Amino acid sequence: MTNFELDEIEAALRRGAAVDVDTQAEAATISAIAAADREGLIDVAVSTVDSPVGDLLVAVTPQGLVRLAFDPTHVLDDLAERISPRVVESPVRLDPVRRELDEYFEGRRRAFDLVIDWSLTSGFRRQVLEATARIPSGHVTTYGALAAQVGKPSAARAVGGAVGSNPVAIVVPCHRVVPASGGVGNYGGGPERKEFLLELEHADTSVKGPR
Amino acid sequence: MSPPPFQTFLDRHRDAVYRFLVFSVGSDDADDCLQETFTAALRAYPRLEDGSNLRAWVLTIAHRKAIDSHRGRARRPVPTADLPEKPSPAVTLPDPGLWEAVGKLPPKQRAAVVLRFVSDLPFRQVGRILDISEAAARQNVHEGIANLRKEYADDEL
Repeated sequence: MTNFELDEIEAALRRGAAVDVDTQAEAATISAIAAADREGLIDVAVSTVDSPVGDLLVAVTPQGLVRLAFDPTHVLDDLAERISPRVVESPVRLDPVRRELDEYFEGRRRAFDLVIDWSLTSGFRRQVLEATARIPSGHVTTYGALAAQVGKPSAARAVGGAVGSNPVAIVVPCHRVVPASGGVGNYGGGPERKEFLLELEHADTSVKGPR
Repeated sequence: MSPPPFQTFLDRHRDAVYRFLVFSVGSDDADDCLQETFTAALRAYPRLEDGSNLRAWVLTIAHRKAIDSHRGRARRPVPTADLPEKPSPAVTLPDPGLWEAVGKLPPKQRAAVVLRFVSDLPFRQVGRILDISEAAARQNVHEGIANLRKEYADDEL
């Protein structure tokens, strides 16, 4: 009799484990994270932005836009390792980025006003990427021309590697760097995306400046 | 093993923490406790070197916040009428009488009972979270159950 009652209590307690709290937990977590964000406890805010070239994973730090990736695989782990483990989804923090990207894909924006956080790149790569960031919309340049521009005219191949390492696709327009031999060349997101972006910008690919 | 991105940690442990809090402090106070738990977790996270038992780590924090909440409620003379709006709907508890009785247990027994049966953790983990031995965890669960029988089982089961 005693053991039976004990089991009844335990069984009743265990019913707590089966209660579905998912909806409530999600709502409470969203408001908890918003509060933590107000206290400055989120070092890297991430979100997904949908676009005509697929979902984009974007990440911002207090310093600016740090990552824009076509493929989300390992991106959070990489950000946690290289910047801070305090990587949290926060759609609100990404609203300015989302707005500018929407305008860009609707053809209403040619240049981005977003501040770039360059902390995922450094040295020669950063130098090349900062030069890449200055290529205006509607224009393309070649790896060789970019190499000359950063003062390493014989380093076209290394420039290609630097451009390919771009942590902030689209906004740092590495799609505007094309091979001198013709065609759109390689792209981290695939050549179809590169072609799409250049068409969107009405890029004149016959004029490859600066020369 | 370094800790994963905080978002991954949240995805893995969010429901377990919330469930522990709902059954420890009730649905009304669970949201505040969750916020305090995750804020404290975020503060400590960059200094965390061992990411191997984050479930126990975060439940330890949640347990402390639950204790604070119980103390705070004891000090509050009357429930305030104009409570700020709760961001989430209340969780409906099965056997509300039982959970009321759980709420009246001494803090360690209450936490031990919730961790053992609601969080479904082995005694070793319960002990780790409450910073007591495995034997003491077992003892607290048994005493908690015995007290619940006195408080609740006699007239309601």
